[in-house]
Amino acid sequence: MSEREVLELLRENARYSTADIARMTDLEEDEVEAAIEELEATGVVCGYQAVVDWDKLEDERVRAEVELNVRLDRETGYDDISQRLARFPQVKALRLVSGDYDFDMEVEGDSIREVSQFISEKVAPVPEITQTVTHYVMTSYKENGIELGDGEDDERLSFSP
Amino acid sequence: MTFELSDRVQTVPPSGIRRFFEIAEERDDVISLGVGEPDFATPWAARDAAITSLEQGKTSYTANRGRRDLREAIADYVADRFDLGYDPDEEIIVTAGASEAVDLAFRAFVDPGDTVAIAQPSYISYEPGVIFAGGEVLPVSTDEEDDFRLTVEGLEEAGADEADMLVLCYPNNPTGAIMPAEDLEPIAEFAREHDLMVLSDEIYAELTYDGEHTSIATFEGMRERTIVFNGFSKAHAMTGLRLGYALGPADAIAAMNKIHQYTMLSAPTTAQYAALEALDSCESDVREMVSQYDRRRQFVLSRFREIGMDVFEAKGAFYCFPEVPEGFTAEEFAEEVLREQGVAVVPGDVFGAGGDGHLRISYATGLEDLREALARIEAFVDDHA
Repeated sequence: MSEREVLELLRENARYSTADIARMTDLEEDEVEAAIEELEATGVVCGYQAVVDWDKLEDERVRAEVELNVRLDRETGYDDISQRLARFPQVKALRLVSGDYDFDMEVEGDSIREVSQFISEKVAPVPEITQTVTHYVMTSYKENGIELGDGEDDERLSFSP
Repeated sequence: MTFELSDRVQTVPPSGIRRFFEIAEERDDVISLGVGEPDFATPWAARDAAITSLEQGKTSYTANRGRRDLREAIADYVADRFDLGYDPDEEIIVTAGASEAVDLAFRAFVDPGDTVAIAQPSYISYEPGVIFAGGEVLPVSTDEEDDFRLTVEGLEEAGADEADMLVLCYPNNPTGAIMPAEDLEPIAEFAREHDLMVLSDEIYAELTYDGEHTSIATFEGMRERTIVFNGFSKAHAMTGLRLGYALGPADAIAAMNKIHQYTMLSAPTTAQYAALEALDSCESDVREMVSQYDRRRQFVLSRFREIGMDVFEAKGAFYCFPEVPEGFTAEEFAEEVLREQGVAVVPGDVFGAGGDGHLRISYATGLEDLREALARIEAFVDDHA
């Protein structure tokens, strides 16, 4: 059960120190460490990354949401196609979804040209892929549950009863 | 001309926190643990409902006692959460914050010369409220050795058997103490035996971190002598919207409404729409905020123990109440830690009997700030060891 609590806190802020997590959960520090090790060993936690507001940086970062339609046959299933696509480092996320298209793919690159080329040269030619629709991200308002932009100041009085 | 102040106004001393404001103004890096309100914004669904109501031009007065649908929602909520049964037509009044409801009760039930026993340390408004109503205050002190729970011995020692009314606030501001059922039972018995009316301020009821909150009104023979106060300020993070309510027997609520209809007419309409939505759809927001407070509570308690300051295990509201180290009064500690380290805390004596020698620490502040504030307090304590 402690793993669940630790996981919740890591999802909130993966940079919480083990000491702080221990304080917040009333666990011992080594219990927290063991829980994190277990979460990593079992692959439940498979990485830690920063949540970035790209608008705050000078350098361009191009991101696109790509809808993919595929046609399956007896030899080829969703998993086969997903493996081919997921191995490209440009693909940041790949999900099989319900609805009008099959895969929802997030692609990232340094320029529109780079991303377009990747999709036209690496993705579209995959024989099972019948259609791609590329949506370039224009502005992001919220990422991983965190609202982007300038946070609001704490306007509360410093003392109140 | 000079205004001649009424005796009642003159009797009430100026707020003890006032001068700390001025010290806090001198620094621009102050982290405040002196705040008695949530750091969360009102859940978005409730704010959105308020905005929609404004767009639709819902800006007129409501019924004196509040919108009927809101009173129904409140009745369902308190029945579901706290096992309290009140009729939305006759036994519930919606007010401009629980504070207004408490004031209405003092004015409706206290006559000049009546004695009102107040379990202390407690929220600072009860005492002035009693005085404004012409009553006499009887402080009933609670102690750290009882985890700041009210005891029958404490009531007897203070002479509360002679009082007309007893005011309780659990989960408690400023101590963070709670009153579990087994501790409330003898208090209820005392109230029945000595025929005390009870005002029970349960504004922090949702913020109970150990077991479930129990209302004193649920005990045998207590409903008819108790007014329960609650509201949306704390659990739903709606302090600025000013919305609370009182629950009580029909004739008592009618008496309070008599004052309310002449002085307030009705609680803020926009806030009533927000509150209705809050009860309708914001339960998971409340659960999330409660779990955040609970983590911070454990964090802050752990840090005080590491620093070497004695602190009892607060289990409610969003406060803990550590003892000041030797060599300081609470006031001195609060003033010096603010001047030297830029951490704002409230000295416990502000909250009445039993509060001296302690500090009220609010953890209604993000973890980053809590971590930094505690590090500064640690540095302060080390510097003065």
